[in-house]
Amino acid sequence: MAGFFSLNVLQTALEVGLIYGLVALALFISFSILNIADLSTDGCFTLGCAVGAMLTIAGHPILALFAAMAAGVLSGYVTAFLQTRLGVESILAGIIVNTALYTINLAVMGFSSNVSIFGRDTVFTLTRGLLGDSPTSRILVLAALLAVVCILLIRFFGTTLGLSIRATGDSPDMVSASSINPKLTITVGLCLSNSLTALSGCLIGQYNKTCDINLGTGMVTIALASLIIGEVFAGKKGGVARRVFCVVLGSIVYRFIIAIALRLNISTEYFKLVSAVIVAVAIATPRVRERAKLERIKSMSRRMRAERKEGAADA
Amino acid sequence: MLEVQRISKTFNAGTVNEKKAIQNLSLTLRDGEFATIVGSNGAGKSTLFNAIAGTFYVDQGSVTLNGADITFLPEHKRSSSIGHLFQDPLKGTAPHMTIEENLAVAYLRTARRGSLFSRVTKKDRELFREKLRELDMGLEDRMKTPVGLLSGGQRQALTLLMATMVTPELLLLDEHTAALDPVTAEKVLELTKRVVSEGKLSCLMITHNMQQALSLGTRTIMMDGGRIVLDLSGDARKGMTVPDLLEQFAAKSGQKFDNDRILLSTIEEQE
Repeated sequence: MAGFFSLNVLQTALEVGLIYGLVALALFISFSILNIADLSTDGCFTLGCAVGAMLTIAGHPILALFAAMAAGVLSGYVTAFLQTRLGVESILAGIIVNTALYTINLAVMGFSSNVSIFGRDTVFTLTRGLLGDSPTSRILVLAALLAVVCILLIRFFGTTLGLSIRATGDSPDMVSASSINPKLTITVGLCLSNSLTALSGCLIGQYNKTCDINLGTGMVTIALASLIIGEVFAGKKGGVARRVFCVVLGSIVYRFIIAIALRLNISTEYFKLVSAVIVAVAIATPRVRERAKLERIKSMSRRMRAERKEGAADA
Repeated sequence: MLEVQRISKTFNAGTVNEKKAIQNLSLTLRDGEFATIVGSNGAGKSTLFNAIAGTFYVDQGSVTLNGADITFLPEHKRSSSIGHLFQDPLKGTAPHMTIEENLAVAYLRTARRGSLFSRVTKKDRELFREKLRELDMGLEDRMKTPVGLLSGGQRQALTLLMATMVTPELLLLDEHTAALDPVTAEKVLELTKRVVSEGKLSCLMITHNMQQALSLGTRTIMMDGGRIVLDLSGDARKGMTVPDLLEQFAAKSGQKFDNDRILLSTIEEQE
């Protein structure tokens, strides 16, 4: 293993896996819990990066994290407003917001498609002084941040509001007969989800010391791939706590898969195709398996019928 | 007290599928009154319930509950004071959440209104356990089990518990035992009787079982064509038999009773 991977590659995979783990958690909230495919993820990720980059350049790397999250909340609110108040299909609402965000993101970046934050203080350079050696300190900072986010999420999903959000995605019929306002729960859920996506974008910006307008392209598929890997780890009966941690684990595993691919000299251009295939296969598997089972039963009954006919002919 | 005054509801108005589901219907249910509702297919029974529960707003008329006009109150605001059970046991619970979580959703929202961040306390858990024990289905030891793994009867009993844990001002039961097997249905019905009488609940119950319609509660209402055609209580109800009821129906509506399920269940009982 150590011969196959340099330590550096493993560390990078872990770091990036933790950062993208936030997007996977965001998708966990919107896709797994609320049962809504939120396609504004790509744009929201770039939004977080752009807002964060501008504030980091201005010399406020910590404030940048919170500003990015606030921007994410706003973006999530617009998506939720379109679907809960104006009756836009949830998928279409995401696409509309995603398209709008392209212009917004350009505007945030001062109508330039690329912004560099080289030489500025980031959360990673700030903590370096505190914890010493850079890759280890980065991992520590990110792991601590992810742990806090996970614990807060798990706590939140045990509160009245959190439970109501889970019920909204799980049983729409029950919600309408309980005193839960689905408009409120969907809005809160999407705001929360998008704030995590934007936070992730902000961290990636500070990590790479750059922000690009196309940074978020395909992010929703990558995050879904991580989410699906994570749900496999969690199993079917896992509680919320287990599922949340497994989603982050899924994101890290996904990065390790990418690291292996890199080591095998697969060109980076293939990654999005590979992610898409992972997601398609993972989502299609139960259906294909069912189909295969049905075919088996069919052929078996055909065979039995043929045998019976033969038996009758013999007699 | 529930007061439904001259409500009407038409679906798909102005199209070939126009359906006058409720026409100028009025109904008053006193506090603690338990009324059963029977009627043929498409008589407007469920529509009446949905109008009271707020699934849609009525075209005309008003709905008042304990003095408060709720005609245009959104469904989720009404449901803190109105419990609503459906025929489909899958509708009332969230399958991927545990028994405890389902109860918490129902309980915390109504018992501690306004506090969005309250959590299940040890005391709440004790209360849940105690209430579950009363169901006598062994659910008190399975609080961490996802509800999706329970049987239909267990889910319906749980739904009933969720709807009545914080005493509602009105309980609407829409054939809530019809999809259960006879033994379980009987059990859920016994439970219903107990919960209603213990809580002195005001309750409306739709049923297709004519015998039940006469024996349960204190009042029998018969609907047809979006109207109430017969409303029996007191002595007039006491002397009623199922054939009497069918005869009355034919006389009032000018046609034979055509709820196939009712007729089947009537035949079963006669055998």
